[in-house]
Amino acid sequence: MSETVNGVTFIILAFASIIGAIGMLTTRNIVHASFWLLEVMVAVGGLYLLLSAEFLAVVQILVYAGAVSVLLLFVIMLTLRRREDSVRPVEISIGGGVLAAVFGTVIYVAIAQYGDRVAEMPDVAPGVAELGELLFTRWALPFEVASLVLLVALVGAVWWSKEEDR
Amino acid sequence: MSAVLPAIPPVLAAIGLMLANGVVLIYMLRKVLGHLHLRLGPTHVGPKGLVQTTADVLKLLSKEDVTPNGVDRWMYVLAPVVVFVPSLMAYAALPFSETLRITRLETGLLYTFAVLSLVPLGVIMAGWASANKYALIGALRAAAQQVAYEVPLLLSVLPVVMIVGSLDLAEIVAFQTGVWAGVVPRWFVLLLVPSFVLFMISALCELNQTPFDMSEAESELVAGFATEYSSMRFGLIFLSEFSNSFVISALAVVLFFGGWTLPFVPDAVIAPVAPLVFVAKTYVGIFIFMWIRGTLPRVRIDQLMNLGWKWLIPIALAWIMIVGVVVKLAAPGGVA
Repeated sequence: MSETVNGVTFIILAFASIIGAIGMLTTRNIVHASFWLLEVMVAVGGLYLLLSAEFLAVVQILVYAGAVSVLLLFVIMLTLRRREDSVRPVEISIGGGVLAAVFGTVIYVAIAQYGDRVAEMPDVAPGVAELGELLFTRWALPFEVASLVLLVALVGAVWWSKEEDR
Repeated sequence: MSAVLPAIPPVLAAIGLMLANGVVLIYMLRKVLGHLHLRLGPTHVGPKGLVQTTADVLKLLSKEDVTPNGVDRWMYVLAPVVVFVPSLMAYAALPFSETLRITRLETGLLYTFAVLSLVPLGVIMAGWASANKYALIGALRAAAQQVAYEVPLLLSVLPVVMIVGSLDLAEIVAFQTGVWAGVVPRWFVLLLVPSFVLFMISALCELNQTPFDMSEAESELVAGFATEYSSMRFGLIFLSEFSNSFVISALAVVLFFGGWTLPFVPDAVIAPVAPLVFVAKTYVGIFIFMWIRGTLPRVRIDQLMNLGWKWLIPIALAWIMIVGVVVKLAAPGGVA
């Protein structure tokens, strides 16, 4: 693929994700906000694809866009009493602002540390088989730990919702 | 822009296929369901009612596009597109033959499932934007069942991937060419019967088809999430549903019925007509879906959820373990 097309696609996707994020933060309707979030996730998936991370892009679409957003919408629609409740007033919280400022600073410092260093890209992107092999050999422990954390969260959620019944 | 231009004809071809497929399937659905119900289906327009669907498409195109008061304007307009686009994207990885496909993806199988998993979002969008109780209930039901059954659907195809050792749809087909012991086709439907049964049940549910069509149970919910849509917006939603039938059936053909190949027939003979073989097999699959649709009554939503979470997922997981052990024992050096 030629450089120009990549550049154009990148700019479209980058702006799509930024605009989506801004839209999500500024809309007062929480249903709209979750659809903006979905748009961000799909756009980021496209960015992964541009980097030849095919598997990551597909999983991003499958898990984040396909499953997480649907669950999010479900929770919103099952907890809203009335349709009008989806529009919320803007709440300005000092704690949130401080947290955002700290996070922004940390990210800025991290990027500044890296400076102009450009990661070296391999000529041929490794495929799914290589990724799977690495996950189950070199990175087996972090992989299993992550699975365990997810399992604990799952069991915890079930236990929590049971407690409400009693 | 050199990389963009060659991509345009395949995309247009996919849209054309999708439209033609929609027109054919509506006629087929009416005829098949009609005969299953001891009726005739359409008979008046054209010979054997063949032009009926064309007339209906023209009607849909020329009807007034009504937007009800009180809808969430932007989302109401956007929702049919969000339903339609993933359905179109799902054609990208389907291998119609050795050479005829839009693109060859290493993760073709996963890709197809990923884009199909976006469809419920459009459905929720349509249901919410319509500002109609029936539409919202229908949308939530559709999304709930599609999310629930995505899990067994993905798990049901894992044994195939484990045996072939690839997510590439073309390689899955290539693995199934030829015969075992001179008589038995190397089709996965014969090797992995439980996988196929799990796949069929989950696929019916993904497609919102009877016996799992709670999302648009006509007697309860009018037309579910599509209730407030009219004209070609309604047309887009319906086109996407028929197209999803085609894609899921095509996936079944690729995964379990040897794709574009036929057993006992050498590849050189099939090569010129491979896409036709593929489409014919796919339509047999769609016919079976319609057969089930015309035969079985609708299940209740709680039965559906119990079946999915308490039966299909544990069975699928147990079956993956069994296949994994067998694959490892049968081929210590690697994958058979």
